[in-house]
Amino acid sequence: MDLAKASFWGYKRENGRIGVRNHVLILPVDDLSNAAAQAVENNIKGTLALPHPYGRLQFGADLDLHFRTLIGTGANPNVAAVVVICIEEGWAKKVADGIAATGKPVSYFGIEQHGDHDTILRASKKAKEYVQWASELRREERPLKDLWVSTKCGESDTTSGCGANPTVGNAFDKLYPRGVTLLFGETTELTGGEHLVAARCRNDEVRKKFQFVFDRYQQVIERHKTSNLMDSQPTKGNIEGGLTTIEEKALGNIQKIGRKCTVDGVLDKAEAPTGPGLWFMDSSSAAAEMVTLCAAAGYTVHFFPTGQGNVIGNPILPVIKLCANPRTVRTMSEHIDVDVTGLLRKEMSPDQAGDKLLECMFRTANGRLTAAEALGHREFVLTRLYESA
Amino acid sequence: MIHFVVHEEGDGVGVVVVEGVKQGQELNGWIMEDDKDMKIVAQSDIPIGHKLALKDYKPGDTVIKYGVDIGKVVAPIKKGEHTHVQNLKTKRW
Repeated sequence: MDLAKASFWGYKRENGRIGVRNHVLILPVDDLSNAAAQAVENNIKGTLALPHPYGRLQFGADLDLHFRTLIGTGANPNVAAVVVICIEEGWAKKVADGIAATGKPVSYFGIEQHGDHDTILRASKKAKEYVQWASELRREERPLKDLWVSTKCGESDTTSGCGANPTVGNAFDKLYPRGVTLLFGETTELTGGEHLVAARCRNDEVRKKFQFVFDRYQQVIERHKTSNLMDSQPTKGNIEGGLTTIEEKALGNIQKIGRKCTVDGVLDKAEAPTGPGLWFMDSSSAAAEMVTLCAAAGYTVHFFPTGQGNVIGNPILPVIKLCANPRTVRTMSEHIDVDVTGLLRKEMSPDQAGDKLLECMFRTANGRLTAAEALGHREFVLTRLYESA
Repeated sequence: MIHFVVHEEGDGVGVVVVEGVKQGQELNGWIMEDDKDMKIVAQSDIPIGHKLALKDYKPGDTVIKYGVDIGKVVAPIKKGEHTHVQNLKTKRW
């Protein structure tokens, strides 16, 4: 596929970023605000509430991450406008101010001294205004480089490592020279192949930072593990699919970054990259947590290779699923966007598989709903660093 | 028909990519990186996605896949046998 003049149709946001979806979010800052947020979503058609279980008595780095994730989600260019609701008005304002830095429309509402009824009424009026405004926004043609593409695999098996993941790698190798902003992560799932990632880092500074976050995560595992991580890493599903050790899983995982891309920088969780290239985000390998962090970092399309059939989606980030396992494609076809089983029958070359994924990426970016979107998968899962105060 | 794939020459295991492989069945393998073919007789029933040994192993041996160490052998494995959690363990954690 010739990507030299490739383009897609997206929504240009106030800060210049390009989105491929046009959501109006109703964003609760804490668990207590879920009910009001969902009531607003129910009142105003075309809005999307993001209920979640956290936001109370978090502190320190864990609280910083909570705010960074919520603000990043609202700031994502796949979002047109945001209504923020919190039990306390002060924190609603904090999140709204963070999102408002992008220039997009955002309003905030505190529940205390109002109650749910009055909050829902006020927030619904604003949400209606936003959704009607957003519905008149139009897509415009943009160069490929304006797309931000993240990846994470899930319910991997051995076919992931020889089929679906190398397909993402092939696509990444084609997108990288076109100035696309790319992302991978899953820190513990590099265990056994970390030396290969380190060798791909742009320079010693990036390598040192990568090694630091890798070693830190290993210490977390060592501190909290019981005997070993059997059934967790690899998971039951991974083992059912034929993966035996974390090293084997990691080596399959790493196929996603292709053979040519350089790892240009290391990001903290939900941290936005500062330029094009391939970024590594220190992150959990749990699918919904990782994809939520990708969305919060500003990514607009996601490649999700699976072996045994992970069904995950995300509320604002279209998740494109690809699979090379013929049994999964047969039994779970409604979840699979790109079938690359031909790779393992020698009926499709890695290059053809990569192009097939890219073709789906362009169609998705232009507005076609992914399987996960059509099926209503909206997993929004915040990463926690430690217990609440 | 390809029954199993091997990432690269020198790997000690292959991955079964079809359903219903039975003990005694002659299997066609494809070494992807080098685009070479090989044959092996399955010594166990092997589910799709699971590995088979391409040589004999004894406890303590290292298994190579993708050209890299993926763990240590903890029970003897014969060429063509199912290689999984019952005879292969991580060296980490």
